[in-house]
Amino acid sequence: MNFRDILQTASSNMLRSKVRTLLTIIAIVIGAMTITLTNGIGTGIKTYLNQQIGNLGASNILLVTLTTKAASPTNGPVKYAYNPNVTVSSGGLGKEQLLMNLEDIAKIKSIHNITSVVPAHSLSPDYIQGTGSKYQLTLEQQFGNATSDMVVGSGVNNNSTQNQISIPESYVSVLGYSSNKSIIGKTVTIGVTNPRNIHFNVIATVTGVQQKNLIGESTSFANTTLANNIYHIRTTGIPKTLTNTFLTAYATFPKNLTTNQINKIKSQLTAKGFTGMTIKDEESTLFSVISAIIIVFDIFGIIALLAASFGIINTLFMSVQERTKEIGLMKALGMSPHRIFALFSIEAILIGFWGSLLGVVFAFLIGSSVNAIGKHSFLKAFPGLSLLTFPLNTIVSVIVGIMIIAFLAGALPALRASRKDPIEALRYE
Amino acid sequence: MAKLLDKPQVVGTKNVTKIYGKGEVAFTALNDINISIISGESVAILGKSGSGKSTLMHMLALLDSPTKGIVFVGDQDTSKLTNRQIESLRNKSYGFVFQQFFLNSNDTVLNNVVLPLKIAKVGRKERREKGMKSLKTVELVDKANTKAVNLSGGQKQRVCIARALINNPSIIFADEPTGNLDSHTGKIVEDLLFKLNKEHDITLIIVTHDKDIAARCQRQMHILDGKLIDGDKNI
Ligand SMILES: Nc1ncnc2c1ncn2[C@@H]1O[C@H](COP(=O)(O)OP(=O)(O)OP(=O)(O)O)[C@@H](O)[C@H]1O
Ligand SMILES: [Mg+2]
Repeated sequence: MNFRDILQTASSNMLRSKVRTLLTIIAIVIGAMTITLTNGIGTGIKTYLNQQIGNLGASNILLVTLTTKAASPTNGPVKYAYNPNVTVSSGGLGKEQLLMNLEDIAKIKSIHNITSVVPAHSLSPDYIQGTGSKYQLTLEQQFGNATSDMVVGSGVNNNSTQNQISIPESYVSVLGYSSNKSIIGKTVTIGVTNPRNIHFNVIATVTGVQQKNLIGESTSFANTTLANNIYHIRTTGIPKTLTNTFLTAYATFPKNLTTNQINKIKSQLTAKGFTGMTIKDEESTLFSVISAIIIVFDIFGIIALLAASFGIINTLFMSVQERTKEIGLMKALGMSPHRIFALFSIEAILIGFWGSLLGVVFAFLIGSSVNAIGKHSFLKAFPGLSLLTFPLNTIVSVIVGIMIIAFLAGALPALRASRKDPIEALRYE
Repeated sequence: MAKLLDKPQVVGTKNVTKIYGKGEVAFTALNDINISIISGESVAILGKSGSGKSTLMHMLALLDSPTKGIVFVGDQDTSKLTNRQIESLRNKSYGFVFQQFFLNSNDTVLNNVVLPLKIAKVGRKERREKGMKSLKTVELVDKANTKAVNLSGGQKQRVCIARALINNPSIIFADEPTGNLDSHTGKIVEDLLFKLNKEHDITLIIVTHDKDIAARCQRQMHILDGKLIDGDKNI
């Protein structure tokens, strides 16, 4: 028999007892669907987070903090030693977050391959005002190149001596502008109060309107000039230990560093009592949590497939038994054992193929409707999120994987068929 | 019948013994069989039920191998042949007709007939042509696209003969070909087989209980409890 004949014969054998085949296929469909859906969700969320994290900043920046030696349940209390240079800020959750000072910045700077260190000032402005009323403002300093997607305009420029700000879309109308476009290049007033309760107005130019996104949804970004001006006002006249203290600093390194070199910087930071994390690190922590959750769901899919494999084994054993005479006849007429093996293996693979294909199609239909419905309801807060994403390679690997599982499940019955003695088969009543 | 002596042997056995099982349950189904069958001959294998007729035929047809002794195809010792060569012999040189028909009942008559060609990887067009030709010989052309399950017993056996014929075999092995048929349809099948023997010079080896068929054969081999008691010489 040539391949086409084997395929055709296997197909028609598969369809001979339709109900039995259908029941076997259903188990595969469930498994394939589960795995496709969970991976679809995983890919969807990861793709989305990737975009969002990309919006946070450049990849050649380390977020540096002082390593906390907090009292933890396992370590017990830590003895207090007075250190005039160290300031402590309450970091929430009972953890004390140490504050860095200029000395620390110098230490970080001394590390090889670190090109610049910028302390992250806590800006805390009072409000922002356009042509109308005042609104609360969350303002952060932009580090590196602005990578946030802008609806219109561009991100702030850190090399500019002008006070620059980029704002989220939701601020456009409250600042008194009718369209995103009309606010670009216009100035806004930022209210800042100094420690002696004297109020200052800082004027900044709007360079861009940010696209709404998950992480920076209501945060505006200031360029270095604006941030320094605001920080200067916020810290004039307060005690020395309280000025020039920061929770975090941003350390920049050359873009072309290898992972090894980056790790070296990190270990040097650790040696000096700091913790350094790149955007990638934070991302991978998050991704490993997502992956762990997805693996748990995948296990359910794999259990379904395991059950399905036994279904395939059972179906094929029955089919081999029923076709004892037929197999004997084919062997008597000169069909070789390995072609008999191929005939039954291909039947198993076909069951796997149709089952997984149906499973993937169902998953796709469910995914598309969830995405479509979600867009207008429960996913409204996450624009740009396709909860379920099915890249072609995932789909192909699910189908191929299940076909391989089906082949393995079918191997035993197929082997039995190929080893049938034609005489025994011909005597079989 | 002297002219048969000039013709070569198609199949033969030398000291063939077949023992089923081992030790206490060992059962000798064939005991030291020596035969030689000449090209174009018609041979009947006779004997009581359980005497070993089918077993002998399976040996000759290379469907089974002996415990001791040699089975020859022509002058070739078949134990020296590869599995592939044996499969090819069964596929191309032998035709089989069995008592229980052995048709794939859900398949069409034509598909059943061309099964040996399908196994031999012959193309569709040639399969169809040869299949129809074969069906013509057994006068079942009009049933080509009927499902095998819908045929009568005699028609089914004729389909089997058409299948056995498709590769222009040199030998047809028939194990009680009329065993499941009434005497009238049995006669039709019988005539067909002898016609093939005469007109196409196909060697005929028939296991049978039917005295009529046996009498029409050039030679009758009698088996009793696995031993050949008569008909070992082709005189
Ligand atoms: N696989 C086997 N194991 C053990 N004994 C077997 C086996 N196959 C056949 N036999 C025995 O060998 C003997 C010969 O069997 P065979 O089928 O050749 O008989 P037969 O002459 O064709 O009989 P019938 O006319 O009933 O078909 C029988 O006694 C049978 O029980
Ligand atoms: Mg018999």
